[in-house]
Amino acid sequence: MKGEVAAVPYLIVGVGGILGALLRYLLGLYVHFWWQSPFPLGTLLTNLIGCVALAWITTRLLKPGSFQTWIRLGFGTGLIGSFTTFSTFSLETVELLKRDLWGVALLYVLLSLWGGLLMAWVGCRIARSQLQKRAKEAESA
Amino acid sequence: MIVNALLVATGGFFGAVARYIASQWFGKRFPSVFPYGTLFVNLLGSFLLGLITGGRWAPAVSLLFGTGFMGAFTTFSTFKWESLQLGEKKQWKALIWYLAISYTAGVILAFLGYAVGAAIDPHHGER
Repeated sequence: MKGEVAAVPYLIVGVGGILGALLRYLLGLYVHFWWQSPFPLGTLLTNLIGCVALAWITTRLLKPGSFQTWIRLGFGTGLIGSFTTFSTFSLETVELLKRDLWGVALLYVLLSLWGGLLMAWVGCRIARSQLQKRAKEAESA
Repeated sequence: MIVNALLVATGGFFGAVARYIASQWFGKRFPSVFPYGTLFVNLLGSFLLGLITGGRWAPAVSLLFGTGFMGAFTTFSTFKWESLQLGEKKQWKALIWYLAISYTAGVILAFLGYAVGAAIDPHHGER
């Protein structure tokens, strides 16, 4: 019985992982459909969207509590963690370098590096201002 | 299409669970502000995805282990969130090391994985 309960967090992360991987796969197929350039736009979009979403969820649900913990595990660690990917990013950079597309590779690395940080910061700021607004409303009520 | 999605989904399940286990293990074993767990999964995953791609494995294998498992095992969002946290805590040295090692070692390991994969190509000689 104890073992069954201990397996629950893993199942939640795993189900989130299924959804995240599928969403990434579908978004990749969709972008591939209309984007012809060698620049890996699909992965960049996936990673940047994931950075905003994870920062927002984690900041918004910072308070401890069982509900918050499950959402953080399922959506944060599971879904968004699997939706975004680092291995594909590394490999795509190698493939660009192999094709002598140094400029494109550099642009990809820089956009991922700074864009990812910026998006995480934006997600965090949005969540904080929402929390502050809510706290102010609670005060005045 | 349905089969492809099932392969990606199966890989995604196990990749996410493996990442979760690795991050918990590293968190217990090396309690530190430095995100060793994420760094480990991202570098290992970069090498292994290189291996799979360099070996030109069958599309089904690539979807299951590459797009599904390695895609879910490695993570970009957690990497960036942890970087932001290090910046907020003013852990500049750790932040710069984290970014520098992730990007340089990630690309180098993907390159090495690709080379090793091509060398042990299961279809070598068939073409």
